[in-house]
Amino acid sequence: MDIKAYIALSLTLFTIGIVGVLTRRNAIIVFMCVEVMLNAVNLLLVAFSNMHAASNAAKALPTFASDAQIFVFFIMIVAAAEVSVGLSIIVMLYRNTHSIDVNFLNRLKN
Amino acid sequence: MGITTISFILLSLMAVGSGIMMILSKNPVNSILWLIVLFFAISGHYILLNAQFLAIVNIIVYAGAIMVLFLFVVMLMNLNAESEPAKNHRLQLIAIISGGSLLLILLSAIMTVKEAHPVMVAAGNAGLIKTLGKVLFTDYVLPFEISSVLFLSAMVGAVVIGKKD
Repeated sequence: MDIKAYIALSLTLFTIGIVGVLTRRNAIIVFMCVEVMLNAVNLLLVAFSNMHAASNAAKALPTFASDAQIFVFFIMIVAAAEVSVGLSIIVMLYRNTHSIDVNFLNRLKN
Repeated sequence: MGITTISFILLSLMAVGSGIMMILSKNPVNSILWLIVLFFAISGHYILLNAQFLAIVNIIVYAGAIMVLFLFVVMLMNLNAESEPAKNHRLQLIAIISGGSLLLILLSAIMTVKEAHPVMVAAGNAGLIKTLGKVLFTDYVLPFEISSVLFLSAMVGAVVIGKKD
């Protein structure tokens, strides 16, 4: 496979996430679309890591390919922490307003 | 067409299709189930790229832990399809057009690149658990330990925010 195929797939998934964030108003769905965008970037990092391992530059810098996958691991860690806090914020929002429409969020300014 | 090309195309169709279905589903539970399908497709891509550790971690962390958390929250809230607020169709159309043009511009930008960089399947041992474990516990041991503090603070924050009053 060529790296362009992976870039195209990753861009498509990222755009699906963007369109979901822009069109849906359910706060949980918006949050899930952010997860899709994170996963698209993770996939791109792993593809580039494998591209580096297959290239001639891997002989000079042998640990670079592993470094990229460690970055993906840390992105997953941060995403898990982010989801726990974000979902508790959504639960608190639902408890106060009895709705998870993101357009209700502008009432927080009063 | 080799077996890797066929599985790449199948997994890509699965990922993109479940992503589109996730956006289009009216019921939030259906959206979450489609997102789980999407995560399994991405894990299949990781296996195809010889990143076995990340494939397993992706299934355990995302499809196992995070999606169960989402399902719990949705089921606790007792949301159904009619609780979805009324939509503004004009804004939706604008969002789809802007997202589509972003995709078009980015795709046409990368497709103009002439040289080909192959991604070798089953090349090297960068994604194996042995290699990643060595790198994680030698070069990246400090960020690894700091991430445990991050998890602790996230846990305390979730409890404090979710507490009644």
